[in-house]
Amino acid sequence: MTDTGTGRGSWVDEALREHEEHAEHAGPEPGRASDREQQVLDRIDRARRRRPKVREERITMSHGAGGKATRTLVEAVFLDAFSNPLLEPLEDAAQLHVNGGRVALTTDSYVVSPLFFPGGDIGDLAVNGTVNDLAVSGATPLYLSAGFILEEGFPVADLLKIVASMKAAAQAAGVQVVTGDTKVVQRGKADGCYINTAGVGVLEHDMSLGVANARPGDAVIVSGPIGDHGVTIMLARGELDIEADIISDTAPLNGLVADLLAATPGVRALRDATRGGVATILNEVATAAGVGVLVNEDAIPVRTVVRGASELLGIDPMYVACEGRMVVVVDGGEADKALAALRSHPLGADAAIIGSITADPPGMVLLNTAFGGSRIVDLLVGDPLPRIC
Amino acid sequence: MRFVDEFRSADKAHALAAKIAGLCEPGRRYKLMEVCGGHTHTIYKHGLEDYLPEQVTLVHGPGCPVCVIPMGRVDDAMALASQPDTIMTSFGDMMRVPGSQGSFFDAKAQGTDIRMVYSPLDSLKIARQNPDKRVVFMAIGFETTTPSTAMTVLRAAAEKLDNFSIFCNHVTIIPAMKAILDSPDLRLDGFIGPGHVSTVIGCRPYEFVARDYGKPVVVAGFEPLDILQSIYMLMLQLSEGRCEVENQYTRVVPWDGNLAALNAINQVMELRPYFEWRGLGFISQSAMRVRPEFAQYDAELLFEVPGVRVADPKACQCGEVLKGVLKPWECKVFGTACTPETPIGTCMVSPEGACAAYYNFGRMNRRRVVEVSIS
Repeated sequence: MTDTGTGRGSWVDEALREHEEHAEHAGPEPGRASDREQQVLDRIDRARRRRPKVREERITMSHGAGGKATRTLVEAVFLDAFSNPLLEPLEDAAQLHVNGGRVALTTDSYVVSPLFFPGGDIGDLAVNGTVNDLAVSGATPLYLSAGFILEEGFPVADLLKIVASMKAAAQAAGVQVVTGDTKVVQRGKADGCYINTAGVGVLEHDMSLGVANARPGDAVIVSGPIGDHGVTIMLARGELDIEADIISDTAPLNGLVADLLAATPGVRALRDATRGGVATILNEVATAAGVGVLVNEDAIPVRTVVRGASELLGIDPMYVACEGRMVVVVDGGEADKALAALRSHPLGADAAIIGSITADPPGMVLLNTAFGGSRIVDLLVGDPLPRIC
Repeated sequence: MRFVDEFRSADKAHALAAKIAGLCEPGRRYKLMEVCGGHTHTIYKHGLEDYLPEQVTLVHGPGCPVCVIPMGRVDDAMALASQPDTIMTSFGDMMRVPGSQGSFFDAKAQGTDIRMVYSPLDSLKIARQNPDKRVVFMAIGFETTTPSTAMTVLRAAAEKLDNFSIFCNHVTIIPAMKAILDSPDLRLDGFIGPGHVSTVIGCRPYEFVARDYGKPVVVAGFEPLDILQSIYMLMLQLSEGRCEVENQYTRVVPWDGNLAALNAINQVMELRPYFEWRGLGFISQSAMRVRPEFAQYDAELLFEVPGVRVADPKACQCGEVLKGVLKPWECKVFGTACTPETPIGTCMVSPEGACAAYYNFGRMNRRRVVEVSIS
């Protein structure tokens, strides 16, 4: 180690000290095993509710993985600094009031590796990802910005290809790129091409969508097979020597969302499942609304190729990224109507109801496994796959 | 999906569960240890405990490769990795294991060149591509992974690739099982034997468990029905008063093991007189080192390794968890100071670790959840 001062010892001591401070709860009381277990579970629950703290002294890949470390970083660093009522819901897009109108604003950066992969490239990803963040907040996407960070030596031919697919994606989604920026860094200081896009859309509906709206009795729907994008990227890197017939699901969701919202007023929340996959979204719902989410593994649509690759690699498709799929929380009574609306759109043909919102246990996602058992589905720790989008 | 769904049939599971319940003698409690962390992972991931009667308890054993790596060895590996012109390669599991100065991930964030590989052979590729660097593979695992490390060394020797070496931490399962059987604070009724280790060593090495300790062993596969069937086979032995080594995983495990794999290990490695196991202490003849004939591939000889024993943080009770004496949630710091994102002990790191499996999959009150599911 080059820097012994940043050792593990410091935070271990701190974690233990913190643990001691809560010592009145520590150590299960004598009694029946299941009661003692419940005490421990309650204690963990309290610990999880404590204010998040970034314990690492340096950024690790986990901070970008979309799981627990990302959430901790966002809450402890960014939210802490910028805290305001528009940011605090931590939705995919902020909802602003401008001269009596309602506007949604979002931004996203794209660092996917490889830049070109079956079914798409960083260009359409950069458009679709930002369009989708606007769409799932209920907005009609209108205008995008595009910022490029290019590495010295990057082939202009590749840049032309990327920009051409951005143009096509923008046309397909009905948005325009209206402002931009270009920076070039020395060779070795970046990996070819990074793109940032920001997007503006108008909120025309009165409805307010948000994961905090979920309530017991609601149904949970996914708009199609999950994990296609993540597995495609993983295989496209060629490190695994696995070949499979699979392409990324990158697509703009604004058309699908418009059809859905027109079909039923019962939609409570929409989220597009990117980094961290469907499991991460379900956890966000459970935490934000203080409800339980109960999911049936059997009901989750996953392509055989994705399942097979996930089994081989020891990963769970529920955590694998999509770029053209969303999770819908809808009033239980409106679920069939919502499902029918999704299925009548090409991007939602394989939509499925995967579970429901429950009152208990609050803040947790439970899974009935296909095997017939039950378990929880937590936020992911660590990084199964860096630079997925 | 073929070869997967057949082994996850809920109907078959219900039938097996009924048979297991039928074998329980009234008033008797059964404690069965699954030795292997892969089994622990399957049990939690599929919610297998929901099928077991209350009388049957599964105790999680020491067979999690990264869980048993002591802190001192992680520190040694870090010292190796931070040498100039060195690339350390490691399996993903190992990246988060804490040493006294942090994990590989932390070191990587500070600029140490540590790369994740899926196979030790990938390290050879890196060595070929970087002839001016020394590439060290962090070799860990039980007999399951030892042959592939041995094959990699043989390949390196054949290619005369002299910028490659291994930091050997391979351990063997039998001495660990013996240590658990000799431990006074644990009473077990039987063992679910490790399937993949047995693919290499076969079933014979467990015969002493039945013969000398009077405990049945059933070597099991890794799908949930494999494990449920093994539990049934153990319960059947117990109810019939038999005590034998049986093989449930016949589709993969040959009774005599894999001779070619054993030969490769033997050619490259030999037993160490003793080795430290996290939580279990020093166990004699429980780990492998590189034979002198292959000294030029032994990172412990090529580099200066501190070799200092580092005590675990006092609050950490991984040892008790690894021996099955404590359930994960019974550890004092479980889930509060020690979590998967900031693990103090190794059991919280690997997906095969009992604490991580329980925290990520099983952190719930089963009775309460069953009520929710039904309603």
